[in-house]
Amino acid sequence: MIFTIAGKDLKALFTSPIAWVVLTFVQLIVGYGFLKRFDEFMEVQKQLLQLASPPGFTELVAVPTFATTAAIMLFAVPLLAMRLIAEERRNQTIVLLTSAPISILDIVLGKFLALLGMLLIILALVALMPLSLSGATKLDYRLIGSIVLGLTLMAAAFSAVSLYVSSLTTHPIVAALGAFGALMAMVLMGENVADNLQTRGLGVLATFAQVFSPVKNFEPLGKGVIDSYAIACLVLLTVLFLAFTVRQLEARRLRG
Amino acid sequence: MISPSESTAPPAVTLAAHGLSRRFGSHTAVDGVDLQLRRGEVLGFLGPNGAGKTTTMQMLTGNLAPTAGAVSVCGVDLLEAPVEAKSHIGYLPETPPLYRDMKVGEYLDLVARLHRVPSAKRRAAVDKAQARCGLSDVSRKLIGKLSKGYQQRVGIAQAIVHEPDVIILDEPTVGLDPNQIRDIRALIRELGGTHSIILSTHILPEVEAICDRVQIMHHGKLVYSDTIAALKQFHSGRILLVGLNNPPAMDELAAIPGVTRAEAAGEHLFRVSIAAGADPTTQIVTLAAERQWGLHQIAPAQTNLEDVFVNLTTRDVTDGEKAA
Repeated sequence: MIFTIAGKDLKALFTSPIAWVVLTFVQLIVGYGFLKRFDEFMEVQKQLLQLASPPGFTELVAVPTFATTAAIMLFAVPLLAMRLIAEERRNQTIVLLTSAPISILDIVLGKFLALLGMLLIILALVALMPLSLSGATKLDYRLIGSIVLGLTLMAAAFSAVSLYVSSLTTHPIVAALGAFGALMAMVLMGENVADNLQTRGLGVLATFAQVFSPVKNFEPLGKGVIDSYAIACLVLLTVLFLAFTVRQLEARRLRG
Repeated sequence: MISPSESTAPPAVTLAAHGLSRRFGSHTAVDGVDLQLRRGEVLGFLGPNGAGKTTTMQMLTGNLAPTAGAVSVCGVDLLEAPVEAKSHIGYLPETPPLYRDMKVGEYLDLVARLHRVPSAKRRAAVDKAQARCGLSDVSRKLIGKLSKGYQQRVGIAQAIVHEPDVIILDEPTVGLDPNQIRDIRALIRELGGTHSIILSTHILPEVEAICDRVQIMHHGKLVYSDTIAALKQFHSGRILLVGLNNPPAMDELAAIPGVTRAEAAGEHLFRVSIAAGADPTTQIVTLAAERQWGLHQIAPAQTNLEDVFVNLTTRDVTDGEKAA
């Protein structure tokens, strides 16, 4: 049942122009960045060889390319998520789902998977850029794998937050702006709040704050460090906001 | 608690609600509604706008939690086992839940999936629902491009595609032209043979034409509940509408043997109440000819339900509360 809803919403994403616009946009920006860095890499390649342990293609070209993708996700996810619940409530089509023999949890998970599926498509297209050179150079597959895992987990966390904001309003645009605001707040907070609390000796609060810093939790994975605490934080943030979404939709049934 | 109570009565109760109430803040939208529906029964749900019909239907379909009361669908408690209970229900809300950028066939297939119709039977179920609602020709069209009437039909098809035991329709004929209304009424009658149906409407002839039973709501309370047959029998022939161009005094009309009361019902139109068992039609016609009252019309009043409806829903609140 989850997959029926996921399939329906993924299809709906592709019938609207938003998905195509976002896909095009991502390909243009990331593709341009990739080619530019590739070009620069070719120029400095000879000088790099004189270093003792020179950074390779993966560090100099692939990693920044994925970093750009992470930044783009920050506004792409709210845009892709905005209609998922807000528009269904606005058009009162959500009644079709809530009248069918499906639990609210399944509805939320279905929509979450649709969004994550869309983001994985974007991620796959991005990953194809460095991977297309696998025959020409030696790629660090472990580093790439770690980054892709990190990006996937971060995309999941962004999706859960955006889905929750979409359940709060019946205006898709408000949902997009709200979700973007919430994610930005988390990014800014992640920069210093956790460190700040740590230096003041509020270790418990710092631990708590780190859950809400998805970008900070992505950083170790982005460097190829499998930090299980950072992974747990990303998963926890995702689960937390999915639970909020379920609660919000349940509350609509109770409040009317 | 799924008990096939075939032994007690042939038509099993498919939907039962007890003491259903819903408050929004201090406002009570629905107040202690009891309801029982048997297989093969069509129940008309009447009431002026804002009487609580839609709220009641939202509670019966699990879209709104009641403040008090219980609902059971085919013996399954809706509040305790919502998923199982909902599998017996087909619901057309006030605003049909249509995805405008889906094709009709594609949409009905999705609805069938959501209602767990096995994949082997899905194709046939969708075809049957389309045929029943006259949608076979537009199966490949986008829902958003269809006219309001067709969209309403897709809404009805959506509610019946999984052959639910209980079909709940909130104003199913709104926005349809007279021919379509006739088709939909015939469809509802046909469905009523094997399913239980509740439909809300404010079109009174519709209820008289297709319902077995009628319940009238007013200010959130159930103020009338009876079978259409009983309603017809009770009122049949007891009121005559008499059109006189040159009317006599009311007393003169009321004095005719068998007439209990006479009152004006419009310009040159009079409502004449008749004592049980009497039939003063001939006398009225004879007298009208003798005394040149200019008789141009005499007929039993047709809209019995309308009388009941107007009677019950135009009393002031204090009156209604005294009666309740």
